Amino acid sequence: MFYLIQLLNAVQYGLLLFLLSSGLTLIFGVMGVINLAHGSFYMVGAYLTYGLAKMTGSLWLALPIGVIIAFAIGLLLETTIIHRLYRRDHLYQVLLTFGLILIFEELRSIIFGDDVHGVAVPEILHYSMPLTETLSYPVYRLFVTAVCLAIAAILYFVIHKTRAGNSNREMAAALGVNIPLLFALVFACGMALAAFAGAIAAPITSVAPGMGNQVLIICFVVVVIGGIGSINGALIASLLIGIADTLGKVLAPEYSGIAVYLLMAAILLWRPQGLANRS
Amino acid sequence: MAAPGAGQQIVNPVTPITLPRWWLFSIVLLLAIMPLGATTFHLQLGAKIMIMAIFALSLDLLIGHTGLVSFGHAAYFGVAAYTIALITPKYEAASFWLTLPAAMAAAALAALAIGFLVVRTAGIYFIMVTLAFAQMLYAIFHDTKLGGGSDGIYVNVRPELSVAGFKLLDLENPAQFFYLALIALSVAYWILNKVLHAPFGRALAGIRVNEQRMRAIGFPVFSYKLGAFTLAGALAGLAGYLAACQFGFVNPEILAWHQSGTVLMMVILGGMGRLHGAVIGAAAYVLLQELFSSSALFGAYAKHWQLFMGGLIVFMVLALPHGIGGLIDFAWRRAATIEEEKRIGRKERIEHK
Repeated sequence: MFYLIQLLNAVQYGLLLFLLSSGLTLIFGVMGVINLAHGSFYMVGAYLTYGLAKMTGSLWLALPIGVIIAFAIGLLLETTIIHRLYRRDHLYQVLLTFGLILIFEELRSIIFGDDVHGVAVPEILHYSMPLTETLSYPVYRLFVTAVCLAIAAILYFVIHKTRAGNSNREMAAALGVNIPLLFALVFACGMALAAFAGAIAAPITSVAPGMGNQVLIICFVVVVIGGIGSINGALIASLLIGIADTLGKVLAPEYSGIAVYLLMAAILLWRPQGLANRS
Repeated sequence: MAAPGAGQQIVNPVTPITLPRWWLFSIVLLLAIMPLGATTFHLQLGAKIMIMAIFALSLDLLIGHTGLVSFGHAAYFGVAAYTIALITPKYEAASFWLTLPAAMAAAALAALAIGFLVVRTAGIYFIMVTLAFAQMLYAIFHDTKLGGGSDGIYVNVRPELSVAGFKLLDLENPAQFFYLALIALSVAYWILNKVLHAPFGRALAGIRVNEQRMRAIGFPVFSYKLGAFTLAGALAGLAGYLAACQFGFVNPEILAWHQSGTVLMMVILGGMGRLHGAVIGAAAYVLLQELFSSSALFGAYAKHWQLFMGGLIVFMVLALPHGIGGLIDFAWRRAATIEEEKRIGRKERIEHK
């Protein structure tokens, strides 16, 4: 039973990672931009939810408003700054988005301060499901898992069944797709996804400075393991990492932070192009 | 990799100028007489700049000269810093001649091991993987008791630099530490200059411009890249060693990705692919940081200095991708052209007569 709980945690964490890394890999796969500021949007989502939940008193209101605001910020960023990076070297993409991280981090510090905050789990989901006499599982975590699964399904449908799956810029343009608009929307959607992940994770984790950076690195590991630009790979890799991390925490707490990197090293030796990509 | 944008190479549109040798000598000479009239604060600031310059130089070997965009370079800086912190006894000075090679060897070894894994990747993978491995080292030092965990560890006594019982430099003295940093920077600069003009360095330049071509004409590209990665790690180790000596304190933040981003910014700020660029970039960054965090100028916003730094980064990438070094190149070439035109003009006038 103990292991069932750990497995549920692993899946929930893995799916949350998937929400984040799918946006990252999508932005890279479609636009060829490596976006370090992705983690910042996770943070933005969490802080917006914290602030809005405090203002409105309801997580259900805070969630959608926060995501819409994040979408708008993403749209604004893309049309003012990010779109200038498409033809540039990765080096400059990394550097510029690193600059954005600094800006977001400091704005967060100015607006919300440097304290650690918490967001309350909504009343309706705030109970635990008893599994045995002594162990139980919080329903909110199950809710997060379900939501992530639903979004994964939507993503799968959008990418495989519609024209958005096309990643050849000239070809798509020739077919009459408005590329600048499409790119702006993809970027903003990626940002909104990251912010949404931060928002629904807020009641589980704490809302703290630096939360975005930590998760960003793990997302990179996910993308490296899964293969860049591959949504399927991201899903597999997220779950793998969820399991590796959770197992690591149970078996060797002191070294759990290292487990995921060892997994990455192994995959790199075995398949440098990632699990889902053919070389 | 078929992803869009993956095939782009880092190539400067024009070859960067090399500074004339007498310029470099005069700058070193100017720095050498600086301790005569400078305050302790300025000496420490100067030493910090030179240490960061070594760090930036080592990264420029990878980014500007080999075309490897490493985003985890702080790892080797930090490994060396931790090495000296861990092998220095608590209350007595360790030997400089023992600790420096040990720290640099540890950094080089870490770079060799990580490089062996990461050099087989390219482009965007390389960026992410170098970052991830640096974070792994961060996690090791942060989560385990090895180096005092997140609290860090003190270097209570600075190493002793003596030859046959005679104390050459007293590292506790700011002026003498300044000289050590100056010597270290000069040596690092000299070594890199030699390496880049040697066949090894020319091969690295070839790899930067076109890796496939180098492979096709029979260069063992993997070994060359790994060699560059290891050398860069060792030099970053030199910087990390000196930094640990200067601040007397090492914590996991020293090898966090923030540090990697900072040194990357220095390289770009100064203009990559030029040795002098890395030095200029380090100086500019450290001085700008002093400026932005001065509460006399920015008041309550001084502690949010990273906001201005972030804005500067964005501006630089969009408006000044070749950094200060690019500006110097431009001015230099313009001056040379004007000179040339004058000369030709005079000649024509003479011929006219």
